Amino acid sequence: MRSLSGNVGGLDLQIPVILAAGILGTTGASLRRAALAGAGAVVTKSVGLLPRDGHPGPTVVVLEDGLINAMGLPNPSFRGFQEEIDVGRTGPAPVVASIFGSGSEEFAEVARSLKADAFELNLSCPHAEGLGAEIGCQPDNVEQITRAVKRSVDVPVWVKLTPNVSDIRALGLAAQEGGADAVVAINTLRAMAIDIQSGYPILGNSFGGLSGPAIKPVAVKAVYDLSGVLEIPVIGVGGISDWQDAVEMMMAGASAVQVGTALMGGYGVFQEIARGIASHLDRKGWTMEELVGLARRRVA
Amino acid sequence: MREGAIGGTAARATDGVIKEVIVESDAVRTFCFQEPHSPWPGQYMMVWVRGVDEIPMSFSGPDRMTVHAVGEATRALFDLQAGDALGLRGPLGNGFSLVGEKILLVGGGVGVAPLAFLGDEARKAGMEVTSLIGFRTASDVVLKSRLEGLGELILTTDDGSAGVKGFVSAGLAKVDLEEVDQIYLCGPELMMWDVINRCRSRADRIQACINRYFKCAVGVCGSCCLDPEGIRVCAEGPVITAERLLEGEFGRYRRGPSGSIGSCQG
Ligand SMILES: Cc1cc2nc3c(=O)[nH]c(=O)nc-3n(C[C@H](O)[C@H](O)[C@H](O)COP(=O)(O)OP(=O)(O)OC[C@H]3O[C@@H](n4cnc5c(N)ncnc54)[C@H](O)[C@@H]3O)c2cc1C
Ligand SMILES: Cc1cc2nc3c(=O)[nH]c(=O)nc-3n(C[C@H](O)[C@H](O)[C@H](O)COP(=O)(O)O)c2cc1C
Ligand code: FES
Repeated sequence: MRSLSGNVGGLDLQIPVILAAGILGTTGASLRRAALAGAGAVVTKSVGLLPRDGHPGPTVVVLEDGLINAMGLPNPSFRGFQEEIDVGRTGPAPVVASIFGSGSEEFAEVARSLKADAFELNLSCPHAEGLGAEIGCQPDNVEQITRAVKRSVDVPVWVKLTPNVSDIRALGLAAQEGGADAVVAINTLRAMAIDIQSGYPILGNSFGGLSGPAIKPVAVKAVYDLSGVLEIPVIGVGGISDWQDAVEMMMAGASAVQVGTALMGGYGVFQEIARGIASHLDRKGWTMEELVGLARRRVA
Repeated sequence: MREGAIGGTAARATDGVIKEVIVESDAVRTFCFQEPHSPWPGQYMMVWVRGVDEIPMSFSGPDRMTVHAVGEATRALFDLQAGDALGLRGPLGNGFSLVGEKILLVGGGVGVAPLAFLGDEARKAGMEVTSLIGFRTASDVVLKSRLEGLGELILTTDDGSAGVKGFVSAGLAKVDLEEVDQIYLCGPELMMWDVINRCRSRADRIQACINRYFKCAVGVCGSCCLDPEGIRVCAEGPVITAERLLEGEFGRYRRGPSGSIGSCQG
């Protein structure tokens, strides 16, 4: 099988398929399990300064072709979390700590206090007041926070962007300006579902973020747009369930992909995607370099 | 996309209209729904008490659940009557599997609920059923007559106000385990841990229905993952062979809603 290994955003990855933030990333054991199942890297649940229980249930709505979630950033705080990261790092893949905060100082403090192979800044969660996308939709904030974290740590820093803006490129450029090693796009799209029997919004938080196959075309366009203006790598996430989705995302310009909602179907998804990409490259006689961004070169 | 990657239809919510509420004890009630589901014993549903929370509940029969009021959502459930409705997602998870000819049900508190359902199915399959059930005190005893109808029943209470005095493990001495093909366990974690420890040599023949903090209930959020393997209890459980519970967090600690580690009492 063709090797898919390479360096993406400062991390050496055996395969360019990564466990997305907030998916089975609460415990070290589940992170390790994803790594053992073949993930090229694993991203933790987002952690912050203080413990949070998250929003009341229901926390998810399962749709035909997607999932709306409003977990509400539950986490035990960075203090309780180093041990989980350490267990995760006993697995065969690098562990990326996803962190959040209310501003640059909080982000920097959390980052300084944790030891991980890389950081991913959650500037994009759509359903937590004063956090995530609420600050991450301003390019100034993105740049400042990225710079503050870069100054505080000596490992790669990835910045995860929200699609809930009119032009995601401005956020990507701000992250690059702040010194990011890669951007990750996209987080979930703001969404809501209402129970027609009772009229209640279904989610405990009333609204949440849409993920899964339904958002893939939106993610592909965001990655296409970002990779057109950025020099740093773009990591594509949103609706990837099989190797065909991953290949499409890479053609849009993603150097690696992350997989979230598709884990509902089990841990086998990492190897399935990696094998599928490799045999597609074999069939076509392409290299990874030729695959990434192919769509733009086709229309250039 | 792949078939089944976005859950089955069971993962989507339906409206469950309450047909009848049965008072089992001061703190325990059974809620029967107008429409039966098609669960297998050990499976559960996520019960949405609108405006309050969504919580996991085992099926105590194809059309029912048996609830112990312990906090906000379960108390809010107790305000509901016949004709009121709940949002239901389920049946979810993997239930018990029936093995052998002679089985032993071991339950504590409201943990007897899924076992009574399992006992019904075991009798239908022609198996011999013995039940060993424990409660704090006589007034806490629930589902006794339903279990008595299935076969031999041994009852224990911590204070001796009914049946044998002592924990469930005291009743274990009254059963010839050599005769039993499979043990089915459900109850407070430390009670289950005690039974598993006493029967370590037969851990491969014990199926335990366990609790963790469930949020998504579809195997993506990570809230319910069990050390050291990272078993997703909501999707791969909640019934797990005791062999896989021996060397990990079970009986020692568990994580709460934030993911921080706490005690597994209660
Ligand atoms: C698979 C499974 C099957 C269950 N079956 C039954 C049953 O048949 N009958 C029954 O009475 N109880 C059952 N429970 C326990 C029941 O879910 C909790 O008692 C209920 O969630 C308490 O909610 P509350 O708001 O009333 O209490 P709270 O005040 O919110 O919490 C009280 C305690 O309940 C537990 N709890 C709260 N929310 C959850 C949650 N989302 N997931 C897991 N535990 C939680 C915690 O340990 C907490 O400390 C089951 C739990 C699981 C995981
Ligand atoms: C249940 C759930 C929890 C999530 N938690 C986080 C989180 O903590 N931090 C974060 O940056 N993104 C989080 N996300 C977003 C995902 O990482 C991902 O960006 C999004 O789901 C799109 O990818 P997918 O379609 O493959 O799921 C979460 C998504 C889901 C479904
Ligand atoms: S409750 Fe979310 S993975 Fe089990």
